[in-house]
Amino acid sequence: MDKPTKLTRRRFIALSVLSAGGTCLLSRCANQALSPWRFITVGESNLLDALVEQIIPTDDWPGGRDAGVTNFIDRQLAGAYSRYQETYRKGLLAIQETCTAKFHKRFEEFSFEEQTQFLKIMEGGKMEGRQWGDGFDRYFFRLIRDHSMQGFYGSPRHGGNKDNISYKMMKLDYPVIIGQNRYILKSDGK
Amino acid sequence: MVNKHVNAIVVGAGAGGGIVAKELSVAGLSVVLFERGGWATYDDSDTDELRSQRTTVLGNGYGPDDLHYKRVVVNNDGTTTTVLPSEGSYNNIAACVGSGTVSYGAMAWRFMQEDFKLKTTYGSIEGSTLEDWPLTYEDLESCYEKAEWEIGVAGDATQNPFGAPRKKPYPMPPFSHNREAKLMVDAAKRLGYHPFPIPMLRNSIPYHGRPACIRMRTCCGFACPVNAKCGTHNTVIPIAIGSGNCELRINSVVSEILVNDQGKITGVTYFDEKNNKQNQTADLVVISASATETARLLLNSKSKFFPKGIGNENDWVGRNLQGHAYTGAYGIFEEEVYDDFGPGASVAISDFNHHNPGIMGGGVLCNEFIRMPYLFTGVRPPGAARWGKEHKTFQRLNFKRVAQAVGPYQEIPKFESRVEVDPTVKDFRGIPVVRLSGTRHEKDIEGCRFMSEKAELWLKEAGAVHTWQSVGGGKGISGGQHQAGTCRMGNDPKTSVTDKYGRIHAVPNLFVADGSLNVSNGGFNPVLTIMALGFRVGGYIAGEWLKGNRFK
Repeated sequence: MDKPTKLTRRRFIALSVLSAGGTCLLSRCANQALSPWRFITVGESNLLDALVEQIIPTDDWPGGRDAGVTNFIDRQLAGAYSRYQETYRKGLLAIQETCTAKFHKRFEEFSFEEQTQFLKIMEGGKMEGRQWGDGFDRYFFRLIRDHSMQGFYGSPRHGGNKDNISYKMMKLDYPVIIGQNRYILKSDGK
Repeated sequence: MVNKHVNAIVVGAGAGGGIVAKELSVAGLSVVLFERGGWATYDDSDTDELRSQRTTVLGNGYGPDDLHYKRVVVNNDGTTTTVLPSEGSYNNIAACVGSGTVSYGAMAWRFMQEDFKLKTTYGSIEGSTLEDWPLTYEDLESCYEKAEWEIGVAGDATQNPFGAPRKKPYPMPPFSHNREAKLMVDAAKRLGYHPFPIPMLRNSIPYHGRPACIRMRTCCGFACPVNAKCGTHNTVIPIAIGSGNCELRINSVVSEILVNDQGKITGVTYFDEKNNKQNQTADLVVISASATETARLLLNSKSKFFPKGIGNENDWVGRNLQGHAYTGAYGIFEEEVYDDFGPGASVAISDFNHHNPGIMGGGVLCNEFIRMPYLFTGVRPPGAARWGKEHKTFQRLNFKRVAQAVGPYQEIPKFESRVEVDPTVKDFRGIPVVRLSGTRHEKDIEGCRFMSEKAELWLKEAGAVHTWQSVGGGKGISGGQHQAGTCRMGNDPKTSVTDKYGRIHAVPNLFVADGSLNVSNGGFNPVLTIMALGFRVGGYIAGEWLKGNRFK
């Protein structure tokens, strides 16, 4: 079998049909067979949901998860960011391996505060283990942070910022109404 | 099929090349104008920040694309990195008809008299190739005027006491200020500075058959939906085509300058829309491909007559690469200063452009174009959270309360900052790519600190309750959209690449007309100067041609 990264979506579906009636012993394989995503697996999407929710948490306004930031990242990994595919596969695996090796839990099973602590260590470049060598912890954290911000605050056409939610939060009209931008907002924005 | 011989080839339909093509074709020369990109329209990218000219993370809405182009960057530690056009360190210039003039912020600055005489004004600086231009401001004044009237500028020069002398006013009245700019105008006056409206290549009233600006927030970095922004794509290039003497060949990438067996320049080799290699011959060639790509084309044109590339006998092609160190400050206000009245930047002070104590040059300071939501995620005071709940709250509470005063600091040119051709890496078409290396001059940071202090003071006076500086001028390569200097003009062929009309020394029929010519880059956005140089080089060639000179 090809490496999972080489599989196209169409082949996932073809394989899933085959494996449904046959034997698919690898959990990873089953994961991908059911994955509604373009590049990431279902397992990776659960982890990414938790990560993007850390970068942009829910408060009075929806956070990264509900704004579709995971969808944005998946879509770009299959497009403009295909050069980061390996980095994501390696980085997401490294996060889960670190969590399970030390605490026998997946990242998304930790409390919100524990997750934050984990990411602060990653951001500071203080992760232990050889998979984090050469500053990979800091690098991968920055990548996720930047991509999450792009997904949440960029145009909805790229798969994130569902319902223009960040623009609404910032009190910006979208789409921009051409020729109607000359009104004065009151300082409370209403 | 063999292409019909023409009088002139112009490589690059941007600020410089578009003007040269127009000057030559209306004078009666037959012209082929090459452009590596196509026509960019508002509808292609509309208000999409992530593909805008300022934030290109998902690709360059105005070209070049990640598939066909790459560059090599030499890092400070000597290692190299291959980078794509959508990455910042590529130092991108737009690849489309009009190039950067389609999506720019459109500030229309004339350089000052001192900017053409930096060595006379400041003396030699250690570690720098600082030099006077081979022409003065007065030599270029009529070309600035042509740029202002033919492309179109709105402004009021009488309000700027530091501006260089001029014969004619701007053709259009200045833009009004938004809420933020009004606060900053008043503050500047209280501080004894001299605020004035930024001259803009944008219609404040209907001009040349195009409508007035509708004051959108998406302007700088985007095409204009109503065609109110003035570039070469909607002014001189249509005139050139309308003359019947100019053919615009889009999606065509010039790869080499043709040299015959007598060592004469006879035209160019290029890849057409279908990536087939073709030749186009001409009596003369003008290169206007930007400071990096013009140097690349000259260096890639090696032959037994030009073993180091054309014009490069003394190793000066690609040298003195410079852009601008952007430096300034941010301020948070108690009240909202944002009123959605675009594009934002409208007030400037030129009080610090020259004659600052202990500093070479200086720069203009302006309020800034409206920051888009993603760009604003990077705008935080020192120590503030860069992600998480606090970051999101800052974004929600302060997006409309933050103002910025910022400007382009005039960099000190360095011989070691350079464009080369990479010995191994080639692009999609097999053309050796640009290799960028060098760092800014160590004294740039001192000037930037000075400018940032002034910017912070200005914001405080305007009422900002919390301010912080963003100091430019750090280590690293400087080029970007203001890239300049790589084919320096000069009177001495040993220390320059072209003469004072942009002609490559010792090559009678090969010219350069873009920012490459700039001996220094001013403390201003350079586009109007590039346009003025286009009128100078194009006007010179056309004038000589009409006198019977065939540049043989």
